[in-house]
Amino acid sequence: MAEVLVLADHSGDTVKKVTYELVTLARTLGEPAVVWTGPGAADAQARLAEYGAAKVYAADSADYDDYVVAPKAELLASLIASAAPAAVLVPSTAEGREIAGRLAVKTGSGLITDATAVDGELTATQPIFGGAIVVTSKVTAGTPIIAVRPNAVSPEPAGAPGAAEIVPATADISDAAKAAKITGRVVQEAGERPELTEASIVVSGGRGVGNADNFALIESLADSLGAAVGASRAATDAGWYPHQFQVGQTGKTVSPQLYVAVGISGAIQHRAGMQTSKTIMVINKDPEAPIFELADYGVVGDLFQVVPQLVEAIKERASG
Amino acid sequence: MNIVVCVKQVPDTWSERTLRAADSALDRDAADAIINELDEYAIEEGLQLAEAHGGEVTILSMGPQRASESIRKALSMGADKAIHLVDDALAGSDAIQTSAALAAVLQRAGFDLVILGSESTDARMGVLAAMLSERLGVPQLSFAGKVETDGKSISIHRQTDYGYDTVEASLPAIVSVVEKINEPRYPSFKGIMAAKKKPVETLSLADAGIDPSSVGLAAAGSEVVGFEKAPPRQAGTVVTDDGDGGAKAAGFLAERKFI
Ligand SMILES: Cc1cc2nc3c(=O)[nH]c(=O)nc-3n(C[C@H](O)[C@H](O)[C@H](O)COP(=O)(O)OP(=O)(O)OC[C@H]3O[C@@H](n4cnc5c(N)ncnc54)[C@H](O)[C@@H]3O)c2cc1C
Ligand SMILES: Nc1ncnc2c1ncn2[C@@H]1O[C@H](COP(=O)(O)O)[C@@H](O)[C@H]1O
Repeated sequence: MAEVLVLADHSGDTVKKVTYELVTLARTLGEPAVVWTGPGAADAQARLAEYGAAKVYAADSADYDDYVVAPKAELLASLIASAAPAAVLVPSTAEGREIAGRLAVKTGSGLITDATAVDGELTATQPIFGGAIVVTSKVTAGTPIIAVRPNAVSPEPAGAPGAAEIVPATADISDAAKAAKITGRVVQEAGERPELTEASIVVSGGRGVGNADNFALIESLADSLGAAVGASRAATDAGWYPHQFQVGQTGKTVSPQLYVAVGISGAIQHRAGMQTSKTIMVINKDPEAPIFELADYGVVGDLFQVVPQLVEAIKERASG
Repeated sequence: MNIVVCVKQVPDTWSERTLRAADSALDRDAADAIINELDEYAIEEGLQLAEAHGGEVTILSMGPQRASESIRKALSMGADKAIHLVDDALAGSDAIQTSAALAAVLQRAGFDLVILGSESTDARMGVLAAMLSERLGVPQLSFAGKVETDGKSISIHRQTDYGYDTVEASLPAIVSVVEKINEPRYPSFKGIMAAKKKPVETLSLADAGIDPSSVGLAAAGSEVVGFEKAPPRQAGTVVTDDGDGGAKAAGFLAERKFI
């Protein structure tokens, strides 16, 4: 069986959930071989094995963290040349797509981004135009490179664990790939909450929240549900919540089991980032707000009344 | 500084977008066409850098004849001139081929800095900056929320999942911008009048020295097997809060086993 390369998304030895999702998917397409950049492969080995990884290509070099995107694409290109995989799967995140883009150019391969499913024939499903149309497509040139949306596949441990044999991988990173140097890293903490694109529940606040302090209300609802916090652009533009939590066309695309939109009107640019959520709940005082068109459950009311009561009711159920 | 801003004409996100049954390509005639929103931020950044450091801003757009409207709008914001790559053989090009065509034109035109939007509203791939960097062998400074340059070197804040990275490189370079970077200006009346006289160079594939067999639908690296309208969401329940809205919402969450 041919290998299917999976580019691991991790920070240190913490493996991001999307990596397990991709390994789960890779099992249905061939033999999963994880590509791990930087340190931490040995620590992650057992967990990757549990999801069925047969191999872990470990490329332990600082170059992957010190330069923008290009070194990772060079590593994958060298593995395509040596391992002749059936396909390469990367997370469809901003960086994952950029790596995929460079790799496609380098190897003369076709590229599909934002896939939500891939079948045994490597036919990929992609929602486009904010989920209004679903396209199925196939790569016809080179090695199929497919960027898969986080949260689209549910991660499942393999029936029989994989060997996850660690294979040291070294690629000679060219000078050209080291042209954009990362000289500083600013981490704005998300605290204990799950990561936005990985979370199974997301609670987002918009302009209706009114100010930065009131976002504590959104956070309390999120915490009562074990959810991540998101925000509309109106809220991030106003500086009420950091920009990396923006959901929408120019923010994150999320597809959680449950999305709760509080004080958000539902502009098309916001919908583009949350429309494929499985269940959508809306709290908004304007019954005409377009976001209600998407709601599985909507409450027309003042968020300052509804949200505290909802949080109380959730806590009561949790304790009772 | 010689700054080139890549501008794409896209269907307005507010109008309904459909795919043509015949070739699964975007039905561009069916929707209103506008400048890709993020590209207005790219234009603004180019204008501000040229104002600060001197130099010229050139708009580069690949697209059908109709894209000339978007080019005029970019010129009316203050750009100096434009290059319009237009050829029937380009129809149906994907990001890989678009990047090949744009790279060929950029190489021919020369540049110190190329600025793009970080993503287009129709394709939403967000890969062009990375692909152009790969093809042209110049540094990739994408997802910039802030750009600083002294005309020789350049530094940006690259927006990330966790905050931002500071990234440094020397010019020439490729930058893509996010919408936090600035507030695009509106064209003034004077700008609109002046734009009418600004030079727009129209290039065919032959003019640009691009092999027609390397672009377009026939050369695409992937093919659409099929498409369908997503099933409409089932209409949900909407209740009005009469002092019990929060409790009702909790009831719904319990029914769906979220709590
Ligand atoms: C290039 C571009 C990119 C964009 N990208 C994004 C993006 O990525 N993400 C994004 O979200 N937007 C994006 N936008 C902006 C988008 O068009 C909207 O402006 C934005 O989503 C509006 O945010 P909002 O819904 O919070 O605010 P508003 O539209 O002002 O809506 C606020 C809502 O809160 C309700 N409300 C007010 N007070 C209360 C209360 N006390 N109780 C209950 N409800 C209340 C109101 O009824 C209203 O419906 C983009 C725009 C452009 C041009
Ligand atoms: N046909 C085109 N002509 C000029 N620039 C383009 C074209 N297509 C994409 N771009 C640029 O590439 C950016 C990212 O587009 P995309 O990768 O398609 O999401 C856009 O914001 C534009 O700056």
